[in-house]
Amino acid sequence: MMEYIAGHYNYWLIIIIMMAGFYTVISRGNLVKKIAGLNIFQVSVFLLYISISNVKDGAVPIIEEGVTLYSNPLPHVLILTAIVVGVATTALGLALVIRIKEAYGTIEEDDIHNQDQSL
Amino acid sequence: MKHNLILRVVSKFLIPLIFLFALYVQFHGDFGPGGGFQAGVIFSAAIILYALVFGVDSAKQVIPPSILLFLASLGVLIYAGTGVASLMMGGNYLEYGVLASTQLAGQHIGILLIELGVGITVMAVMLIMFFAFAERGRQQEDKKS
Amino acid sequence: MLDIIVDVALLTLIAIHAIAIIRMRSLLAVIMLFSGFSFLSAGLFVVMDAADVAFTEAAVGAGISTILMLATLALTYAPEVHKEEKLPSHKPWLPLIVVLLTGGMLIYGTTDIPAFGDANAPAQKHVAPYYLERSLPETGVPNVVTAVLASYRGFDTLGEVTVIFTAGIAVLLLIGGRREKKLTGKATGEGHET
Repeated sequence: MMEYIAGHYNYWLIIIIMMAGFYTVISRGNLVKKIAGLNIFQVSVFLLYISISNVKDGAVPIIEEGVTLYSNPLPHVLILTAIVVGVATTALGLALVIRIKEAYGTIEEDDIHNQDQSL
Repeated sequence: MKHNLILRVVSKFLIPLIFLFALYVQFHGDFGPGGGFQAGVIFSAAIILYALVFGVDSAKQVIPPSILLFLASLGVLIYAGTGVASLMMGGNYLEYGVLASTQLAGQHIGILLIELGVGITVMAVMLIMFFAFAERGRQQEDKKS
Repeated sequence: MLDIIVDVALLTLIAIHAIAIIRMRSLLAVIMLFSGFSFLSAGLFVVMDAADVAFTEAAVGAGISTILMLATLALTYAPEVHKEEKLPSHKPWLPLIVVLLTGGMLIYGTTDIPAFGDANAPAQKHVAPYYLERSLPETGVPNVVTAVLASYRGFDTLGEVTVIFTAGIAVLLLIGGRREKKLTGKATGEGHET
């Protein structure tokens, strides 16, 4: 039982962080806060992948003399690309928020919805 | 920020060191952690620090936005051009082994070139985005006054 | 034992940051907490032996993302207004139920995952040993992550550079142009900023 918890505690904590980010996206109305919540969700997914690639007592995957056990380098490559694509998406989302503010005058979702419906 | 003397002095000291560190990370990505993306972001962070302390206009004199557009395309061109160069030397697209006399030397040259392309593009795009956000703020102020 | 303590401590701090971001109403505090969140997750990446990823996450998350969010905040709220989010108008029971259900299903799904750090897990068995053995003789580059990123999976990196370039162009199209000419007083179209 103890080694089952010692083997899975990080997945459960990461899922808690993921759900915190997900809750921010679907329940809060402010657009900047939604984008922050989306980023929290993204980072928690990265944490999940990197924790799958971790090997106990393994070294950083840089080949050196005398080291035999390395951590898995493939998820690192995948997550490196994902982080850079994530920042591109965030920047685009923030540019859209600025244009929404200039068009509607507010960035609260309820006010935007009311303005759309009253047209 | 005319009145923040400490910020101005310290950033004048730190910005060249940040540039040097970005170049180190770019070219030692083969032997330690690092590579093109990290180097590009660190390079752009140095210029953003300069823009925050000394004003966006001074930063635009250091790197004009038209040169940034050119640099962004240049990075992608270097990357894709390495692939075309290996096509013309007789190998497949992005096969670095044919770029030099031995397989290992070709791989080294190929990896160096594409990391350079990636670093240039990432640096230019981060600065383009920052200048676009900052410039929009100043146009809003002009409109109000 | 010590590595378990460090892991749990960092993960708990990150979870506290995430929950504080939900509860905080002041947007400036939310952005600062988000920057701290990015930085702590970079620390967690280092503890899990992912040096390149930690580097990129610290530079990009705590650097570029934070400054773009601060610029957005400065552009969308007038300087004298207290930057706060509006109070929600209805109680969030439905989102809470959805989140609890999804979290429950995900935790039920992790019961079959191999233990954290297991060297005999299927994820470490198939392609990873191939790359770890062959990257130094075939490419001459000791950093396996750079070798895989630049040489073995070079096409993916080409696509990624194109995505970053496209994002830059899209941001320029959205907020790069001139908005109004002050002399004529008419709104022009999207000019190009040079």
